[in-house]
Amino acid sequence: MTDAEIHARRKKNNVMLGLVLVAFVVLVFSITVAKMMSGANMEAADHVLRPQLIDQ
Amino acid sequence: MAHLLFGTEMTDVTMNTTSAHSDFGDYVALLKPRVMSLVVFTAAVGLIVAPGGMNPVLAFASILFIALGAGASGSLNMWWDADIDRIMKRTQGRPVPSGKVTANNAMLVGLWMSVLSVGMLGLAANWLAAGLLAFTIFFYAVVYSMWLKRSTPQNIVIGGAAGAFPPMVGWAAATGSVSIESVGMFMLIFMWTPPHFWALALFMNEDYSKAGVPMLTVTHGKRATRNHIMAYTILLTPFCIGLAFTSIGGPLYFALSVVLSAMFLQGAFKLYRRAEEDAIADKYAAERKVFRFSLFYLFLLFAALLIETALRAFDLQWTAWPQVF
Repeated sequence: MTDAEIHARRKKNNVMLGLVLVAFVVLVFSITVAKMMSGANMEAADHVLRPQLIDQ
Repeated sequence: MAHLLFGTEMTDVTMNTTSAHSDFGDYVALLKPRVMSLVVFTAAVGLIVAPGGMNPVLAFASILFIALGAGASGSLNMWWDADIDRIMKRTQGRPVPSGKVTANNAMLVGLWMSVLSVGMLGLAANWLAAGLLAFTIFFYAVVYSMWLKRSTPQNIVIGGAAGAFPPMVGWAAATGSVSIESVGMFMLIFMWTPPHFWALALFMNEDYSKAGVPMLTVTHGKRATRNHIMAYTILLTPFCIGLAFTSIGGPLYFALSVVLSAMFLQGAFKLYRRAEEDAIADKYAAERKVFRFSLFYLFLLFAALLIETALRAFDLQWTAWPQVF
């Protein structure tokens, strides 16, 4: 196999991998939107006061 | 090769030199796409027939991650079985034995995809489905591939559970629970696997024998295998027909299950009655036919469950149909 052929093959593999990664990003984004639209709790465990954690 | 420890396997120069020529398609082949298609179909049916419905994006993502989990276990299986895959004609062309992907890379792909698929299914659906998927991968890669496959002729009987889990995972993704219906779908595939694989083993016996895999045909001979096919097909029948009397069954599924069971029993009986000389004379034509039919059988039964769900969605179900389970 010549260098040119190896480079062409690597380029093709890299493009395919890139497309898979882009598809994964789109999928994660879509899951997030779908979860938010279905009313899932999106509150992160950050430093914001969460009223439901305060004893009544 | 496959039995070497993770670290030492890295030192195999002959294997690593081939990785420079791997194609993206070789990595796709590592995930056993044909097995994956059956997993996708049965998992999708499990998810669609489940009550309650699911957001289409989350349903699509769940099926995708179940498929990735199946691919991960296929990759781990190819890493572990590289030594015997190299011997068997049927598996010599796989990416690891043919040298297109290193065994070490197959293991890494399998492990990372396992983590990714389980984690993402947990986030997209729920952690019960993710736990079941993790158990399925563990069962296929460790219990079946590493332990049972090379140690007992009952390997595919117990190992068949791995292939039976996908509809249960699909159901759990949609409902967050395990129920009689999902256990019924599990049992259908679980009981179907032995006659399906033993029909294959009858005409692939030479491969398994050369590789030293203790398939029933190798350890107990073909006569015993034919008897086992008959017995397991009889045992499969009540599980196949019984599903008609759960909330996901119905008259259409019932009619089809009776016809298909009769045909499967007839095929198994033919194999049971057949002398080995006759099988050799026609190059295992009947055995090949039963093997092909078994695939058709499972596909049609799951398709019938889908149709029953569609009929219910359009309010076309027979309300007097008895729901026993």
